[in-house]
Amino acid sequence: MINSIKKTLLLTCALILLGSTQVVHAQNALENIQKSKLIKIAIPTDFPPYGFVGPDLQPRGLDIDTANLIASKLNVKVELIPVTSANRIPYLQTKKADLVIATLGKNPEREKVIDFASAYSPFYQAVFAPKGMTVKSFADLSGKTVAVTRGAMEDQELTKVAPANVEIRRFEDNNATVAAFVSGQTQMIATGASVAANVIQQNPQIGAEYKLLLKDSPNFIGVAKGEDALRLKVDEIISAAKKSGDLEKLSQKWLGRSMGNLPE
Amino acid sequence: MNVQLDLGAVLAEWPLLVKGIFLTTFMIVVSGLLGIVLGCVLAWMNTQSRKFQMVIASVYIEVIRNTPFIVQLFFIFFGLPSLGVKLSPLAASMLAMTINLSAYSAEILRAGIESIPKGQLQAAKSLALQPLQTYTNIVLPQAFKNTWPALVSQIVIVMLGSSVCAQISTEELSYAANLIQSRNFRAFEAFFVATLAYLGLSLILRTFLDKAIARLIFKSTHG
Repeated sequence: MINSIKKTLLLTCALILLGSTQVVHAQNALENIQKSKLIKIAIPTDFPPYGFVGPDLQPRGLDIDTANLIASKLNVKVELIPVTSANRIPYLQTKKADLVIATLGKNPEREKVIDFASAYSPFYQAVFAPKGMTVKSFADLSGKTVAVTRGAMEDQELTKVAPANVEIRRFEDNNATVAAFVSGQTQMIATGASVAANVIQQNPQIGAEYKLLLKDSPNFIGVAKGEDALRLKVDEIISAAKKSGDLEKLSQKWLGRSMGNLPE
Repeated sequence: MNVQLDLGAVLAEWPLLVKGIFLTTFMIVVSGLLGIVLGCVLAWMNTQSRKFQMVIASVYIEVIRNTPFIVQLFFIFFGLPSLGVKLSPLAASMLAMTINLSAYSAEILRAGIESIPKGQLQAAKSLALQPLQTYTNIVLPQAFKNTWPALVSQIVIVMLGSSVCAQISTEELSYAANLIQSRNFRAFEAFFVATLAYLGLSLILRTFLDKAIARLIFKSTHG
């Protein structure tokens, strides 16, 4: 037993040493994409209408259309990688994806680890609950249970503003969060407007409605830290698509409303 | 990309980790006890000549052993509310772990029960012991002794498998690691710490069951 503990400790030290060695990669994502004629883009499949699986089992939605738009402007093929809210940033950090187009909001914590290109679509997060429940301010949440997707923007926002005695139950992906709310395991749900719209439409018996705004946060395209060439190229494509009305068309098609004024 | 190990960022969230470790331990203690007890009952039913009991026990054992733990967990947490049974995440997790462990331990105990010579059963019968008395006084202690290492392994497997309970928002160790990871994006460090914690918990649990508990429950049979 002692011997095996010693071995474990030794292995631990070895791993730590391995981890602290600095690994330096050249910042050449754009070059690689153009050389291999392939761009890997992380997209959601649990987030209608931004990204979901259609009747043909293929991913579709606003984010997928945006990904295809960027790939076609770059004149390369696109490989779509389905990700969840919780793992989309690790996919970018580990270079398993070149871009993340997955309803990614911008905040200082995220800006520390990845870079952001332009915004491409509007978005807001809010708390939703059945009509019979009186929720006028965040103080009214006290003692209640709220389902939220772990690591998503609404998780961070809710954690910041909710009173200490709110029971925040965090789930791995939006499907589980919605399932918890719909099955009555939680009294409320904090989620993006589009997810909520779907929940309300498909479960009229719950009578859920909009209660409190958590954050207005347009979606940005995520780029790995320091990949400036790729980021500027994406900015250029998005800016052109805004002018030509391509992005406005996507917003009308999937969200049924104008994209409004998006930050660069 | 520069990779630098920053364990401090993860350890700064120590209250979450401590709570996670505590809950993981609590869950395995409760469901370990209940699971083994239920396993004994199932193993008993399974050895009965009465068809009805045997069929119930073997259907239960086969259904649980041939379906994934996460599906059982989701069924209890997301499925049962539509039948009017609403359990908290912690209760649902412990129920799923207990059910899972009971089916496996019943099957492990069956091997121990079958290893007992028929002569002992005949001797018990000739001494006018009731079947249940024979089971609890003669069969079960020996079956436990013979299969204890396998049972210990199964309990440890269930404890490690409890990491899945994070999926229904039970705030155990994996949940803590995932939450920390999603707050500061230190995935390697968060899961590294969680790995060490699980390793420690397993070693402690295994040693505890192998040494302390084994001595306690086998004392009477050793003489």
